[in-house]
Amino acid sequence: MSFRGRNVLTLQGATRESIVEVLDVAASFADPNGGSPRKRDDLHGRVVASIFFEESTRTRLSFETAAKRLSADVVSLAVASSSVKKGESLRDTIATIEALGVDAVIMRHKSSGAAEQVARFAPNIRVINAGDGLHQHPSQGLLDVYTVREILAARRGVASVDSGSSLFAGLKVLIIGDIRHSRVARSDIDAYAALGAEVRVAGPATLLPSHFADWPVTVVTELDAALAWADVIGLLRLQTERGTGAFVPSLSEFTFTYGLTTERLSLVRPEAIILHPGPMNRGVEVDSVVADSSQAFVTTQVANGVPVRMALLALSLSTTKEPS
Amino acid sequence: MKLLITNGRVVTPTGVVQHDVRIADGVIVEVGPHLTANGETVIDAAGAWVGPAFVDLHTHLREPGREAAETIASGANAGALGGYGALVAMPNTEPALDNVALVSYVMAQGDKTPLDIAVAGAITVARKGESLAPMAEMAALGVRLFTDDGTGVQNPLVMRRALDYARGLHVRLAQHCEDETLADGGVMNEGPLSARLGLVGRPAIAEEIMVERDIALVRATGGRIHFLHLSTARSVALVRAAVAEGLDVTCEVTPHHLLLTEDDCATYDPQFKVHPPLRTADDVAALRQALRDGLIDAVATDHAPHAPELKDLPFDEAPAGMLGLEHAAAITHEALGDDPVRFFAVLSRNPARIAQLRASDDRVRLSAHGGDVAVGEDANLVIFDPTITWKVDATTLASRANNTPYNNRQLHGKVRSTIVRGQLVVHEGALQ
Repeated sequence: MSFRGRNVLTLQGATRESIVEVLDVAASFADPNGGSPRKRDDLHGRVVASIFFEESTRTRLSFETAAKRLSADVVSLAVASSSVKKGESLRDTIATIEALGVDAVIMRHKSSGAAEQVARFAPNIRVINAGDGLHQHPSQGLLDVYTVREILAARRGVASVDSGSSLFAGLKVLIIGDIRHSRVARSDIDAYAALGAEVRVAGPATLLPSHFADWPVTVVTELDAALAWADVIGLLRLQTERGTGAFVPSLSEFTFTYGLTTERLSLVRPEAIILHPGPMNRGVEVDSVVADSSQAFVTTQVANGVPVRMALLALSLSTTKEPS
Repeated sequence: MKLLITNGRVVTPTGVVQHDVRIADGVIVEVGPHLTANGETVIDAAGAWVGPAFVDLHTHLREPGREAAETIASGANAGALGGYGALVAMPNTEPALDNVALVSYVMAQGDKTPLDIAVAGAITVARKGESLAPMAEMAALGVRLFTDDGTGVQNPLVMRRALDYARGLHVRLAQHCEDETLADGGVMNEGPLSARLGLVGRPAIAEEIMVERDIALVRATGGRIHFLHLSTARSVALVRAAVAEGLDVTCEVTPHHLLLTEDDCATYDPQFKVHPPLRTADDVAALRQALRDGLIDAVATDHAPHAPELKDLPFDEAPAGMLGLEHAAAITHEALGDDPVRFFAVLSRNPARIAQLRASDDRVRLSAHGGDVAVGEDANLVIFDPTITWKVDATTLASRANNTPYNNRQLHGKVRSTIVRGQLVVHEGALQ
């Protein structure tokens, strides 16, 4: 399976080959000198709609930049000024967008599964999920593994496109925090596991999924030991808007138990890679000193988002649509 | 109208006999082998079961308040096509059926339909779970079931008082068992699938803890209760123990909980969103076993029409509930296998007993349901052919809504005719 000609809704079930293909295409788009990817004409004449039903800064800008780097025409629906606010249903909104003749929709929605529903409503356009509820954030998962592969390839002096998934064999990945409410965690876990990494998760039991024995992860209860174990540490935004007190007693208690504090940074292996999808709650899940340390690659992640999203768009729109 | 049903297999409470049935003036006037037509309309029921028309303990008719989804008239039509002679209208209308005026309105609308429309009243005012609704006044109109369905009565003290109060009225309380705090706004069964899908779960314990609580309250009060739409294996086990203890507890299961599982939610299709949620295959197996072995008294539809645009919403925003009236009998047949005696017990005889519709003596407006196919009984009959295989088409339903989870599904067994008060309401699968 490949993302070629397909919707990008989830990384669950994505094969190692399909993920490596995205990473390789992204690497071919990236500027070898670390600058912005150069403009290409892959999607010249194609129309891509960006519809964010939920607030987003970096993902929206990243996707729109990626589409423009590929010479697509980008239309964006600002939900606050659209008829969605006037009570128009998701189905009607998408029908309107489809009637305008777009080739693809990049969408974010607060409801899990909304992208899959839109794909059903509009079978003739490509749907790229830019985050749906608590479910999936495929492009974030892909840019995270892309970031890890680029860093490790550079350190080992190999070309990332020649490395396939080999750099993930036995790689120790620790994901900390609010797994339950995190679409990033779900996509990250799927991506790392598909590439052969070993994934462990740590967090208060109230912020772990209620049932996840079938996930390709193990739960660690000793955070300090796990920090010393990890090659990659993935931090997650604590979803403070979901109500402190319901899941953890307080933000400071979360920091006390699971925050990556300056003190805990001393336990982290010096070559370990620290990632955070942003936006960060500095002082909650991560101290500023850690966030700004040389081990944290938060801005690299943002920069890598553009070539990875270019690759997703180019692949998804590359051929006639395959049945999803 | 005079009718003669020939060649059918009449299902009695204990077996099946090859008898013809003569109907005149709303009553069964002759039952026996090889009756000769004497000017009646003859209905050939060859190959089909003939038994008492079905009684639904759990129908959301939406009127008043949400007529875009269903009306009492359209719901009655759907019921007739499904083989029902009587429906119990649930009180979670807008406003809720919590007083004599509203109950009277629904009864009057019901009287305009060919079916017998019984009414369940609310236990508490506006179904808020706070203060008791005037149950005695509603009981005097003929209301025999009370429920806040849509939600359960959350406050245990209010439920205790309601059970005590109802005891003197010879009515039964019916509970939607879900503790709302534990349900936590969830939208599907809590488990590995909900965690994967990123949908908030409604755990089985939200249901089971209220079943357990209400059994304790029934024990303490000597009251009686009917558990609506049980959906988990453990709920069934709790009821089994309560019945063994001698408590006055009855229960129902829906067609969808006998057939569908949480796996149907995997594509985020809101047609499969319902409360309590679709559970696991193990739960379905336990429910089927309890239906066969006699623990579960009734199949009740929880027929819940919703306007189409509401089921186009994202899964977590769409309303819960699905249609049931037109397909319940076929699904019950599938769940039970070839057991016509049990089939009519769970679809007609037991629900008629629970709704106190077996005799028409204390209520002038409704006829008697769930009786034997015997001389002198009110002619409420259904002809169900277990040999017909057919495919559901959501575009041809009698309901105003089309939110069936069974679209394009092959069903086995179909209602051919429905006779209510001696009138042929449905013949060969079509409204007359």
